[in-house]
Amino acid sequence: MTGYLGIDVGSVSTNIVFMNEEEQVLESLYLRTQGQPIKTLQKGLKTLVRSLPVSTVIKGVGTTGSARHLSAVMVGADVVKNEITAHAVAATQQVPGVQTVLEIGGQDSKIIILRDGVVSDFAMNTVCAAGTGSFLDQQASRLGITIEEFGPQSLKTKTPVRIAGRCAVFAESDMIHKQQMGFELPDILAGLCEALVRNYLNNVGKGKEILGPAVFQGGVAANIGMRKAFEKELGLEVNIPEHYNVMGALGSALLAKEAVTKGNKTLFKGFSVAEMDFNSGSFECSGCPNLCEVIEISEEGTIIARWGDRCGKWSNALASEQVQIS
Amino acid sequence: MKVTFPHMGNLYICVKGMLEYLGIEVTMPPKTSKRTLTLGSKYGPEFACMPLKLNLGNFIEASELGAETIMMAGGCGPCRFGYYAQVEHSILQDLGYDYDIVVLEPPDKSITELTSRVRQITGKKSWWKVIQSIRYGYLKSRAVDTVELLSFKTRPRELLTGETDRALNQALKEIDRAQTVEELKLAEARGSEMMQDVAVDSNRRVIKIALIGEIFTLLEPFANLNIERHLGRLGVEVDRSIYLSEWINDHLFMGLLKGIRSTKEYCRNASPYLNHFVGGHGLETVGSVPVYAKQGYDGVIQLFPFTCMPEIVAESLLPKVSAAYNIPLMTLITDEHTGEAGMITRLEAFVDLLERKQYQNYQGARSQELEVRMS
Repeated sequence: MTGYLGIDVGSVSTNIVFMNEEEQVLESLYLRTQGQPIKTLQKGLKTLVRSLPVSTVIKGVGTTGSARHLSAVMVGADVVKNEITAHAVAATQQVPGVQTVLEIGGQDSKIIILRDGVVSDFAMNTVCAAGTGSFLDQQASRLGITIEEFGPQSLKTKTPVRIAGRCAVFAESDMIHKQQMGFELPDILAGLCEALVRNYLNNVGKGKEILGPAVFQGGVAANIGMRKAFEKELGLEVNIPEHYNVMGALGSALLAKEAVTKGNKTLFKGFSVAEMDFNSGSFECSGCPNLCEVIEISEEGTIIARWGDRCGKWSNALASEQVQIS
Repeated sequence: MKVTFPHMGNLYICVKGMLEYLGIEVTMPPKTSKRTLTLGSKYGPEFACMPLKLNLGNFIEASELGAETIMMAGGCGPCRFGYYAQVEHSILQDLGYDYDIVVLEPPDKSITELTSRVRQITGKKSWWKVIQSIRYGYLKSRAVDTVELLSFKTRPRELLTGETDRALNQALKEIDRAQTVEELKLAEARGSEMMQDVAVDSNRRVIKIALIGEIFTLLEPFANLNIERHLGRLGVEVDRSIYLSEWINDHLFMGLLKGIRSTKEYCRNASPYLNHFVGGHGLETVGSVPVYAKQGYDGVIQLFPFTCMPEIVAESLLPKVSAAYNIPLMTLITDEHTGEAGMITRLEAFVDLLERKQYQNYQGARSQELEVRMS
């Protein structure tokens, strides 16, 4: 069997997808990154290789997510793409003709507007983290319910409470006030979903023309309460694709397929990278008052990449022999 | 009297050249760095925009090197910058830095106000000499712009990553070092040669993006997280809506020199979206989009510091302009964050968007051409 790997190493989760030639997802993994991208990725690759037939040939690898450069140099990727492009590509494949992608992840949220299958506009949350998965996680645990119960519980509401959604801090204090006044839990949860949707549309979606078909993806799409709140606010049906929580990885697998069909041979180093010794170290450059923290990645003791320097002194020193990565 | 002034990209090369031409001793602050920002945000008011904080940091660092007099631009528009000189001076006094300050701004009542301020710096030098020094400073800014423009062309096409930056640094050093008009001419020629010597792939297809917005953020690489370099390495040829020499011609010479690009063209194109001066470069920002769209640029990026009022006005109008001229637009707001990863992700996504669009247009044009041939 031949296929493609898509790897998405984000701040909260690390996702790996194995896709066959027919662009069907055969294996997908969702792991918590827990601040250790190298270890988590290696663990993921080990798990994945066990579930794949021995004869599997990887024809291409793509990486995305905030650690895309790191994971690219580790595994040897054919394509390194930002999350926005990867998510848009995956959404187009899952829901043909999609015109709006609503994506809410652990630490960031984005909106992607597509027209005729091409990204025409996008936005990411900037200074504010209200309306992301981490905030929902935190509030669920404060209310003593698991994040899985959050959605179903919120659907039991009859009258959602109005909660200030502009800022996570305001939302939390407003929620506490409403809870102390005696509102029921489902009403508060549904109110919170509506507040987050309002905040998302005002902050991230401002000024964008949101047309159907719309897709809702990212970890928060698992929350049925959020989907209902979106549908109510937008007056549109909101689709949740089957692989909603690994869309970034799926997108990069699709991009990898595209990259190698141009006739290039894959740069994938093989699943043995899961056993190799990767180290990341950092040092402070004292060349100027910027005091950049330069990060070095080494594989079996050889430095394979550097980044973090503003002037390019260190990354360029490798760039002459190596592919430029940042 | 040791004079200092704040950094704004390569402004120092021209202003230092101008002052030294008059025999005035100049003490420059070190290039703006994280330390500058740390000092500035520690002592500056929290709600002020980043330029104020960086100015303040520059002055503290210059004082450590012995600077005694600040020369600073002022203004009287709705932009808060108009009173930054006074605010910064008073913060410095509170901190115990003993600075004299000379604010160059349009006079309130009569021209003598401005001339007497200039006299504080130039002393008894003749006006003829002063005018010549201004001309010299202007020539320096022309030279700086010449090599920068060349760097915009070579960076996306360079064969070896980093070559353009190396050449540009060298060229700027030469221009900075020049002491006379003759030396400056030679330095400009040598600098241009260096830039043209960078090995490039002239057949590479590039994307063209215009950077528009607030002047300080556009000109100071520390403030814009080196956006020109990042875009260049993504294969983008950039242009800036503001260049030093244009700004000097427009604002100091009142547009006296003809035949060079002027920001007045932007103001004319801002209508019907914005018909009024809103402070800073808000009007120019709005008007620059039609200009760049007509020149065939693929996209536009607006840059400004967090809380910048004129640019916020422009930001709210830009989606209309961008839709009318069918040119994609992205807004980036900078503040104290120095991590570049978030910005790079957005730049990459924007460049992807433009590339796909360019490809589609190319395909569209090809199929049309085929249809014409078939019929």
